[in-house]
Amino acid sequence: MTETISFKLNGRSISLSTDGERMLLWVLRTDLGLTGTKYGCGKAQCGACTVIVDGKAVRSCVVPVGYVKGKDVITIEGLAKNGKLHPIQEAFVKHDALQCGFCTPGTILNAYSLLLKNPRPSRAEIIQGMDDNLCRCGAHVRIIRAIESAAEEMRRR
Amino acid sequence: MKEDEYIELDFSDITTDPNLTRREFLRLIGGGIIIFFSIGDGSTVEGRRRGRGYPEDFNAYLRIGADGRVTCFTGKIEMGQGVVTSLAQMLADEIDVSLQSVDMVMGDTTLCPWDMGTFGSMTTRFFGPALRAAGAEARAVLIELAAEFLQTPAERLATENGAVFDKKNKAKQVSYAQLAKGKTIARRAKGKPALKKPSEFKIVGRDVLRRDALEKVTGAAKFAGDIRLPDMLYAKILRPPAHGAKMRSVDTSAVEDVDGARLIRDGDLIAVLHKSPDGAEKALEKIKAEFDVPQATVDDETIFEHLLSSAQRRNVVASGGNIESGEKLADIRIEQTYLDGYVAHAPMETHTALAKVDGNKATVWASTQTPFSLKDQVAEALGFAQQDVRVITPFVGGGFGGKTSGRQAIEAARLAKLASKPVQVAWSREEEFFYDTFRPAAVVKIRSGVTKAGKIVFWDYGVYSAGERGSAQFYDIPHHITASFGGWMGGSGSVHPFATGPWRAPANNTNTFARESQIDIMASKAAMDPVEFRLKNLRDERMISALKAAAEEFGWTRSKAPSGRGLGVACGTDSGTCVALIAEVAVDKASGHVQVKRVVCGQEMGLVINPEGARIQMEGCITMGLGYALSEDIHFEGGKIVDVNFDTYELPRFSWVPKIETVLVEAQGTSPQGGGEPAIICMGAVIANAIFDATGARLLQLPMNPKRTKQALTSGTHDVQNLAHA
Repeated sequence: MTETISFKLNGRSISLSTDGERMLLWVLRTDLGLTGTKYGCGKAQCGACTVIVDGKAVRSCVVPVGYVKGKDVITIEGLAKNGKLHPIQEAFVKHDALQCGFCTPGTILNAYSLLLKNPRPSRAEIIQGMDDNLCRCGAHVRIIRAIESAAEEMRRR
Repeated sequence: MKEDEYIELDFSDITTDPNLTRREFLRLIGGGIIIFFSIGDGSTVEGRRRGRGYPEDFNAYLRIGADGRVTCFTGKIEMGQGVVTSLAQMLADEIDVSLQSVDMVMGDTTLCPWDMGTFGSMTTRFFGPALRAAGAEARAVLIELAAEFLQTPAERLATENGAVFDKKNKAKQVSYAQLAKGKTIARRAKGKPALKKPSEFKIVGRDVLRRDALEKVTGAAKFAGDIRLPDMLYAKILRPPAHGAKMRSVDTSAVEDVDGARLIRDGDLIAVLHKSPDGAEKALEKIKAEFDVPQATVDDETIFEHLLSSAQRRNVVASGGNIESGEKLADIRIEQTYLDGYVAHAPMETHTALAKVDGNKATVWASTQTPFSLKDQVAEALGFAQQDVRVITPFVGGGFGGKTSGRQAIEAARLAKLASKPVQVAWSREEEFFYDTFRPAAVVKIRSGVTKAGKIVFWDYGVYSAGERGSAQFYDIPHHITASFGGWMGGSGSVHPFATGPWRAPANNTNTFARESQIDIMASKAAMDPVEFRLKNLRDERMISALKAAAEEFGWTRSKAPSGRGLGVACGTDSGTCVALIAEVAVDKASGHVQVKRVVCGQEMGLVINPEGARIQMEGCITMGLGYALSEDIHFEGGKIVDVNFDTYELPRFSWVPKIETVLVEAQGTSPQGGGEPAIICMGAVIANAIFDATGARLLQLPMNPKRTKQALTSGTHDVQNLAHA
């Protein structure tokens, strides 16, 4: 059923008229043109579609857009501020923590929520927190290193 | 690395007539100094044979523009392997410009000349030398022009950072931009221009960060599914429940209940189009179709019998001496059968394409490793001339061999033509598993013998349906024969119940698993340390250097297996590169779970262009290889694929990843070899050998999942000996 759905997207208030049962992933990618959020599996099993809703990582392929009404949504496009990369993005670049780059937006946003919850994660906590994000190219060791260094940098700032 | 070193790949739509003459082509690419070159006679001849358009004598070119920037146009594509960085390094060094002055235009069949495709770890090996030669040619042309411009003899001139200068008076100089301005000079790289010596490299051999990282961490990087065109529609296609299924009846009447849905039916192709992908999905669910599914005659348990009984013609890959004589010399004889299941490519980006048809012309944005052959397939499907189809390859979200097949692009093109609108086809994960060209299941049978002193004296090797890559053994064995029965496609279409195809280092993962397991069994029977045993039987200096490098880095100490330490070793060769892995594992005897704790990889790959890039590929190979070694195995019942998502098809995860150390053996004086595939080939054997060292149990079938490991722990070996065929 078509309804008006308002929420905050990457810091800006938006309103759109659509069926609230549609998955957030498709609304972001199609209606809102934010293609940084990727489809990987459609069943919340890979993490490529991860976005942040009210500070928590969610799998946008299984979250209806109606759920984010009045909430604060951050996608990969909203992580850099005023053209300046977020420390996690910087760390991914500096550590070559990606290959094909397709899982990268979801991986970065999952790491972002992990560091919001736990600014001082141990290596084991990073591994545990990232374990449900799949990367087929095998950039894992560098992703762990990048998150460790980003955590350090975020604490320093 | 500074931010301005990032480049943006140009995937924007430049409208051109693909049917170009060479003169028009030169006009299209603009003025400047243009150097045409070809990768090698083989690929150019192939291009000619197939009647390609303009690349009659070249299949790539570079241009120095009036802005002094150097652009390389190549049919190669970037799918994570990092050639967008390493190729630019090679070109920058040879032509003497900074790395940030180089742009790469990749995988566009109109802008870039014909190329066979991006696979087989061939870009650096075969494209690299040609690119360097073209760079050297360009530099020679620039020096000629500068000699005239500066009124100075060419031999007195040298180049540095985008300028030519007088060696006797460095202030007397002219930039490449000045030299290229207003000129259209086309040359063909030929002969053997003087390439730089490794000692002269400033950029090659240096660690360089990925040049595409900025776009990829911000979400700006465009993959095929991210391209948007006005009025485009998203398609969902009706799929059969199994390969070989025939549709009995279909009722599409309820599609119209979905607002905005449009049904397209063209023979076997039944699809719904909608302005959103989820709208199309919803409409597809309204279609009621019944299929007749043929009785399954084979499944993932019985496939091996089937492969042996349908064994194709025997092809001798390598041989020497006489097996019978060798058998007489052996004190210990070992006969073993190794099995390997079907494995999916499972790139994170599913097969995706967007097609636009204008009149009798089509443009397709596709996730593909082979844009040029895809162009021809699309042309055939649409009944268009080959030159009227353009394929543009944006960033590819992983390929691993699976994106050499482009069914999705043909579907998108057909639908776009039928609908007269741009149409995107993006496979769901379920479709990706269903239509994947799996790595074939395979059987390897080996008989071998060794003396008490640890010398291998005979080797009789047969591989069934995997293919021959990596099957020829490289040990110093006097009496040996290696035969392949059926290629990696299984010889004929009827052997496998569904499509199979090249999967990262095709056949070599299977062959190396079998060979290096057998070598380990012999070492153990001869009561020798597995590293020492290999060194005793190796004569190949490059392989020896890789193995010694790995052993040294690991801190290997001698012991015969099983030592209880959980250490394994395996060697292999692929794409001209020699690789040796040493791994440490922990085996949970109660559950059969294997945790790989540490992997050291020694690799001799000739000249290394971007050491950091090479290490990333080695790490990626080792990490990805954990999957086929420990968990990945397609379950199926005849043509029905049981594993269709990541809940049952388990990819390696963060918690699986060991400590990884990589060692590049110094070989700067030799030509570069492949780096995208070699390190993955040893993962099966190195883990199998480490499990044996930990527990004394020998696993003979991949993947070594907890069930099989537990079974082997109970029986001492996972029994695959009950196969009827010899």
